[in-house]
Amino acid sequence: MTAYLKLDHIDKSFTRSGVTSEVLRDINLVINSGEFVSIIGHSGCGKSTLLNLIAGLTQVSYGAVLLEDREVNAPGPERAVVFQNHSLLPWLTVYDNVKLAVDKVFGSTKSRAERNDWIMHNLDLVQMGHAKDKRPNEISGGMKQRVGIARALAMEPKILLLDEPFGALDALTRAHLQDSVMDIHARLGSTMIMITHDVDEAVLLSDRIVMMTNGPAATIGEVLAVPLARPRKRLDLVSDARYIAAREAVLRFLYERHRLMEAA
Amino acid sequence: MAVPVLKLAPTSATAATRPGDVKAATSPIVALPARKAVGSGRWLKKLNLVAANVVPPLVVVVALLLVWQLAFNRPGASLPAPSIIWNEARDLIVDPFFVYGPQDIGLGWRVLTSLQKVAIGFGIAAVVGVLVGAIIGQSVWAMRGLDPVFQVLRTVPPLAWLPISLAAFRDAYPSAIFVIFVTSVWPILINTAVGIRNIPQDYQNVAKVLRLNAFEYFVKIMVPSAAPYIFTGLRIGIGLSWLAIVAAEMLTGGVGIGFFIWDAWNSSKLSDIIVALLYIGLVGFALDRLVAFVGGIVTRGTSA
Repeated sequence: MTAYLKLDHIDKSFTRSGVTSEVLRDINLVINSGEFVSIIGHSGCGKSTLLNLIAGLTQVSYGAVLLEDREVNAPGPERAVVFQNHSLLPWLTVYDNVKLAVDKVFGSTKSRAERNDWIMHNLDLVQMGHAKDKRPNEISGGMKQRVGIARALAMEPKILLLDEPFGALDALTRAHLQDSVMDIHARLGSTMIMITHDVDEAVLLSDRIVMMTNGPAATIGEVLAVPLARPRKRLDLVSDARYIAAREAVLRFLYERHRLMEAA
Repeated sequence: MAVPVLKLAPTSATAATRPGDVKAATSPIVALPARKAVGSGRWLKKLNLVAANVVPPLVVVVALLLVWQLAFNRPGASLPAPSIIWNEARDLIVDPFFVYGPQDIGLGWRVLTSLQKVAIGFGIAAVVGVLVGAIIGQSVWAMRGLDPVFQVLRTVPPLAWLPISLAAFRDAYPSAIFVIFVTSVWPILINTAVGIRNIPQDYQNVAKVLRLNAFEYFVKIMVPSAAPYIFTGLRIGIGLSWLAIVAAEMLTGGVGIGFFIWDAWNSSKLSDIIVALLYIGLVGFALDRLVAFVGGIVTRGTSA
């Protein structure tokens, strides 16, 4: 495994009407190629800000995001984002939503037929090929998120960034999509970074879990390796000692050492 | 008007089909409630739905005509009753597209003349309004600076623009078009700007991640996302255009429907005026529905 994405001494502060608030302080993290990393923390700890920094949607105040030793400070399709609320364009069909991304990324390198195959390949990957002609408001929340994942994957990104991708879904749909993401990760070997606030989700999916301290000026409190073999089966893990230990470690971090102060 | 014999044939033909249609639609409607319990066809339900939409306005119109007839059907009444209008202006009502001479043409032709001006003026207003609105919507400073100017200009009544445009263009035709343009451009422009400002951050993020260039962003994100706003503006704009053209034609002359009213007033043909008002109302209604219909198709999904 090689150092792929490097977060180098990142600070981030926002200035709004003269008041500067420090959101992130001294974030250091190295992510290897093919790794699945979860970032977990209480709400308001700046984990979404961190993802936006990696995506290039916001700029670092200090430090740098390095992808393959090159600094990134603008968004681009090589760091595709699966947004929290799917962000599909409602006036386009499922197919056209993915097509927009594919045409932009592969417009000059792939022929029309190849692009069509690639769109359908990605839709089939998330089991949404059957709904290609539907519009986003005609499909369920889980299906929308699948299409969002297909759109991101279709950009053939170096890193897939998932911003609480399953947060708005019910528990059963969420489990189903988690399995899909695990399957896709295993098949494509892609590098993924996922923001989550669900401990089980983090342990189930991740190779490493990055735990954030509370804001303001949040930083990485601890990084936990999850030494579970893949492919992972949800039911087998329930009684697995390493799974339970990892889960306990995250819970202890979140609710014992870095409890969200009620006063805040 | 001089050859009533010639007119008779088309007159009776159209007159026969129209009331016939109405009767065909009404007679099963009356019978519906009784049949509904027995019959079980889907067409019955459909017919019922049509009836529910057609019958109430029909009843109201008939009632209004009746009241009107009763109120003005006496010698020396200031306005003509419906029966008098029918007698005096039947050729205008039943045949919109007759041509008897250069100034003696059906109201359909006059409406088309006016519509042509509206099409040009409104078309320019739509293109300019959307483009300028898009530019303004993207810049906070442009919005702050120009919005007060627009808010003032948009309250200027259409006819107030006419003298200045006559002075500038020195011809009635381009002046009328300019008046339509300047009347209808503001709601289109302002609505577009607001629509652009309200593009959700999510769509902007998608565009950024995909690195869409300015043109792609305009075509693929901005216009579809702001389409519901744009079409609201277009709908207000087309209504204002129609208001403006009738008023402008009354002053500039020509063969349009507006001038026809003025001409009829000067020759004291009140019946003709009332028929013309009906035409104007129906065409305005049709224009509004047309833009709403196109908007409904284009923004399918967006507003949901």
